[in-house]
Amino acid sequence: MNRFNQYLRPNQGSLFIPFITAGDPSENATVDIALMMQKMGASALELGIPFSDPAADGPVIQKASLRALKQGMTLKKAMFLAKKMREKGLKIPIIIFTYYNVLLQLGEERFMKLAHECDIDGLLVPDLPFEESGDLRRLCTKENIPLIQLVAPTTSDKRLKQIVDQAQGFIYCVSSLGVTGVRQTFHPDVFPFLKRVRELSPIPIAVGFGVSTFKHVEALQDHCDGVIVGSAIVREIEKHIDELKDDQKRKEALDDMYHLLLKQLFNKDTAVI
Amino acid sequence: MVEQETTKQPIQKGRYGSFGGRYVPETLMFACEELEKAYEDASKDQAFLSEYHSLLKEYSGRPTPVTYLKRVTEQVGGAKIYLKREDLNHTGAHKINNAIGQALLAVRMGKNKVIAETGAGQHGVAVATVAAYFGLSCKVFMGALDVERQALNVFRMRLLGAEVIPVESGNKTLKDATNEAFRYWAANVEDTFYIVGSVVGPHPYPMMVRDFQRVIGDESKSQFIEKTGKLPDAIVACVGGGSNAMGMFYPFLEDDVALFGAEAAGKGIDTAEHAATLAKGTEGVLHGARTYLIQDENGQIIEPYSISAGLDYPGIGPEHAHLSKSGRVTYRAITDKQAMEALGLLCKKEGILPALESAHAFALAVEQAKTMDPSQTLLVCLSGRGDKDVHTVMHYLEKEGTIHESI
Repeated sequence: MNRFNQYLRPNQGSLFIPFITAGDPSENATVDIALMMQKMGASALELGIPFSDPAADGPVIQKASLRALKQGMTLKKAMFLAKKMREKGLKIPIIIFTYYNVLLQLGEERFMKLAHECDIDGLLVPDLPFEESGDLRRLCTKENIPLIQLVAPTTSDKRLKQIVDQAQGFIYCVSSLGVTGVRQTFHPDVFPFLKRVRELSPIPIAVGFGVSTFKHVEALQDHCDGVIVGSAIVREIEKHIDELKDDQKRKEALDDMYHLLLKQLFNKDTAVI
Repeated sequence: MVEQETTKQPIQKGRYGSFGGRYVPETLMFACEELEKAYEDASKDQAFLSEYHSLLKEYSGRPTPVTYLKRVTEQVGGAKIYLKREDLNHTGAHKINNAIGQALLAVRMGKNKVIAETGAGQHGVAVATVAAYFGLSCKVFMGALDVERQALNVFRMRLLGAEVIPVESGNKTLKDATNEAFRYWAANVEDTFYIVGSVVGPHPYPMMVRDFQRVIGDESKSQFIEKTGKLPDAIVACVGGGSNAMGMFYPFLEDDVALFGAEAAGKGIDTAEHAATLAKGTEGVLHGARTYLIQDENGQIIEPYSISAGLDYPGIGPEHAHLSKSGRVTYRAITDKQAMEALGLLCKKEGILPALESAHAFALAVEQAKTMDPSQTLLVCLSGRGDKDVHTVMHYLEKEGTIHESI
């Protein structure tokens, strides 16, 4: 929670929360990509756990999930990757993003133990809506590992209030209907929706699903505290698979991605931290 | 004799014991709530219900008969065996009962687009059929591998005016088609109704599909009493997701009737190739519900196998999970070989070609009947006809080298 307080304070438009899939395209690459994200100015890292049936994800992250599964990635292994990231200098909060079945099979109690051991800060379970998350939320509160909640433009006022009242860390606002992935336009109700969330929420609100260009970031910045970017990053990883897997060529690929993503997302040449 | 809680399901939040629930992304919560409310209203509306029942009668040809199997009973030498003939429905299987119900609900909700997932194509055909009847646009998601394997059903759906969308993600089979249908629904929820094909998925689907299928059990009950003066001593149905079985069992849950579900053992439950979710699965969450799953220790879903495309689903309806755990229903696994032998028996002795799915139920029924007294009766849900499987059966018998003995 301390890292959350340090890195994820309400800060109009400026929070940047990247998502990457653990083990895509290799364990070593994931660690170095995470560090590169920090260098880009990331405020927290969402570390995605691959799942055979990622029903909330679009094609880009589905493919990353398959690549990571082929590498033998598991939730437990990913948690130890987080530990490795810390050893190599990652300071920002790490949030484990996992489908519920994967968490259930590891065991919720066991997850908490490992989270402390591996210095993990938060948890996000995309297919565990508020109504099903009571027990896990209580456990997360007890263990001081915030369970990040999602809200969508279709979330009713009544549910929104319930969710926000119990929320910890930050609120993940889904920009549009459908699944994760790059898209041209957001849901037409996105701005009134963000206004509704902001009025209720004492903690930062960040927008994800389809945020992939500076134009998006610019359009959203006055309406939230930050953005979550997944598919746009994972797509770059996909383009650089071979170089990222190669210990000799990885640094060059990462430099390439660093400049490209900074330009694409923030219209900047270098990160100002 | 039955715990009272067995039949009063689902309880709060769509729970059947500890199973079921609504494990969906936030983007689908509104859709599930909207559907729950619409279904609750519809299920209390006499006009809706009578329209549903009149369509079952006039469009699908219900009630389906109960047939006594004289020659099979003589050969088996135990309980008298009867079939509930869901194979005589329009489109050849029980799937149409549910498709009619949900399509009516879609119309009532003002949604003019329907989507569906399909494995072998039976549910897809049923949905394409009702979509044509109601004038709804229809997209059917089907794993790309299944599209290749089931070319005839793909053509049939297209002939009925549906768009068949091959799903290239994951293993390119039924579970991936289901994922893709959920994804599409999440993005298009405002004008699209998702017609789920079995008693699976998030609440209210398992309950709603069961309710639309319980006509099988309700009819059976009165037909059986009319025919024999009492209820059957035992009932057998096959279980993939489990909609025909749930529809058959539900009206009998509080009666003194032994209930048996046949799941697919494929090449044997001790091999890697089976779909025996209850015999070999472990608890988990998939497609919106907590249930038993065929999965590895890390929670990754394992592709199941059965010669019957309608039974190779890695999960099972949450109410079945509950009925298995509570002991009210006994589930047994039937191999490809046992199903194939049962199919041959039913063809030769009674002139009825069952679907491979239903052949699993019939195989278990024959086993059970042998252990019963000739004064007792056993009813089998013959969920579908086997015309769609002729090619698979032929291929299997050729491979086994038994085709000449079999014909």
